[in-house]
Amino acid sequence: MKKLKYALFTGCTAKQSTPEQMMSTMAVAKKLNIELVELTEASCCGASHLQDYDDFLSLVLNARNIAYAEKHGLTMVTICNTCQLNTAMTKHRLDRNPELKARVNEKLAEVGLEYKGTSNIIHFLYAIIDDFGLDKIKEMVVKPLSEFNIAPFYGCHNIRPSELHDESHNQKENPYNPTSLDDLIIACGGMNVDYEEKNKCCGFHVELQAPHTAAVLTGNAIAGATDQNADMMVTPCPLCHLKLDTQTKHASEAIGREVSLPVLHMQQMVGLALGCSPAELGLKHHVTDVNFI
Amino acid sequence: MGTNAITTQKVNFKVFRFNADEDYLPYYEDYSMDVTSEEVVLDILNRIKWDHDGSFSYRRSCRHGICGACAIKVNGRSTLACKESMSTMIEYFGNDLTIEPLSTKRAIKDMIIDKADFWEKHAAVTPYLVADVDECPSSENLVSPHDAEELNEADLCIQCGACHYACPVVEINSDFFGPAAFAAAYRFEADVRDSDGQRLVDVNEEKQGVWDCVKCFECAEVCPKEINPIEKITKLHQMAFKRGVAKNNVATRHAVGFLHSIKRHGVLDEGGLVLYSEGPSIIKHIPVALQMFRKGKIIMPWNMPKSDNLDEIQKLIKSSSTVKF
Ligand code: SF4
Ligand code: SF4
Ligand code: FES
Repeated sequence: MKKLKYALFTGCTAKQSTPEQMMSTMAVAKKLNIELVELTEASCCGASHLQDYDDFLSLVLNARNIAYAEKHGLTMVTICNTCQLNTAMTKHRLDRNPELKARVNEKLAEVGLEYKGTSNIIHFLYAIIDDFGLDKIKEMVVKPLSEFNIAPFYGCHNIRPSELHDESHNQKENPYNPTSLDDLIIACGGMNVDYEEKNKCCGFHVELQAPHTAAVLTGNAIAGATDQNADMMVTPCPLCHLKLDTQTKHASEAIGREVSLPVLHMQQMVGLALGCSPAELGLKHHVTDVNFI
Repeated sequence: MGTNAITTQKVNFKVFRFNADEDYLPYYEDYSMDVTSEEVVLDILNRIKWDHDGSFSYRRSCRHGICGACAIKVNGRSTLACKESMSTMIEYFGNDLTIEPLSTKRAIKDMIIDKADFWEKHAAVTPYLVADVDECPSSENLVSPHDAEELNEADLCIQCGACHYACPVVEINSDFFGPAAFAAAYRFEADVRDSDGQRLVDVNEEKQGVWDCVKCFECAEVCPKEINPIEKITKLHQMAFKRGVAKNNVATRHAVGFLHSIKRHGVLDEGGLVLYSEGPSIIKHIPVALQMFRKGKIIMPWNMPKSDNLDEIQKLIKSSSTVKF
């Protein structure tokens, strides 16, 4: 198989509040012999909030990030659902609107860059499932997670809006009945847990302005997984991870029930199955301990 | 050109039943049917009523996806029964389908719900044009094609409620206007003829307004008319800044904080952003921050990463910014 190579857009969270997301991405890429070229010039994607304030500026900054991936001639890989959404949405809009693309390129020309539209943008989840291949991952599993019931938590911005699915390679993902993470859990030897909240929102984006709403959504998700006997949750989104891992106290208060489950990053789960050590995967960085592995 | 052959398959339906006049609790009735690839969900509702139980109740009128009466949920997904093909539902969910009203807690009889909250929210956003109309105009009141495009299809809403009852915030926060009301608010805010001064202020209020949207995109996904309410919500956010209606509060500072952070570091300074957004209220985050710190989840300001070629980012911010706050 030809070696897979991508331009890695780390996003801000993997460099700050979820260092284990970065560590486990690198560990899994190494195991799968995937080459990741980090886009060190990239700026924040705006996380949907800069977009609320200044739409045009956010388009210019995201187009700049993609332009760097294009300079490498590589598909951009993201490791955060919200980065994926904002970058893919920028591409979607610019590729369909020549006038907007020209306006953005006028700005990028000031710093010697151009957005061409030649690089795809895909989440690492779909890169390893669709490009690398689930079957091959299955063959490489050395420590099947067979003792564990694992609840997938998909995160909104990978599965909705589905109009972006073409650009994100996840055409097969059905927003009402997503399967990618379930398939990955099974490939890693674990038992996938089905529960109503698996494709619902964690509330992250309103944690500051609407803390009660955010806490209820977090609480419902962990409670839903717990009620189906999950031992842990797994998510491809570091923002969902942060919400589910660090906010259990507020979530428990909001729903009137004590809830708490370890929440693994998708990469950590794959890494464990592939035989990476807990240290390599940064398991000690979780607020809700993962000490049973 | 060949035509697709009509196929038939057996589907098991679990159907929500409840009559507020007689039942204390709702229950589910099972029906098994041979469903053809030509049928829509409304055909199934009709067949339940005509072939199985004449008391089964639901709303429908136009049968053409324009009256908005027939919206229900299939396997938890809001859908317009007369528009949604059974083949799609089977493709999505398989042969076991649960049919429920848009909101089980608002059910009156089977699929029929009390939509009063939906209409109250709709009415609350002044869903009509506010303009001084000259009753004897000397010429037509022209709207340019460009200005008409700005409505971005928001005027095609059929008030079906599919988005409203799919919205998780509507479920949790009874003050929240909800996606359909926001789409309606946008419809008139984007209209060049409108001169209402209050609507945009109202949809910016905390608790009820656009800042409480969790950005889950459920509304965009379920809308049968492809109105994309979350896109309209984003535009209402942007309008609030552009027209100077945005109040200085945690939500608006959170949005503006991104700009400041990107200007300084290229990437986001997550801790700095919380401080900027919350101000002195940041104190309430200290217990969680301490836990995160102990687990190595918080970096110190002096370790804050910066994007390479930061000068490029700063230059672009200077030349491309379109909004002041
Ligand atoms: S995106 Fe916002 S308005 Fe739309 S369903 Fe989600 S929370 Fe509700
Ligand atoms: S925005 Fe779409 S889903 Fe919502 S009420 Fe209008 S037509 Fe129905
Ligand atoms: S019956 Fe009118 S929209 Fe379905």
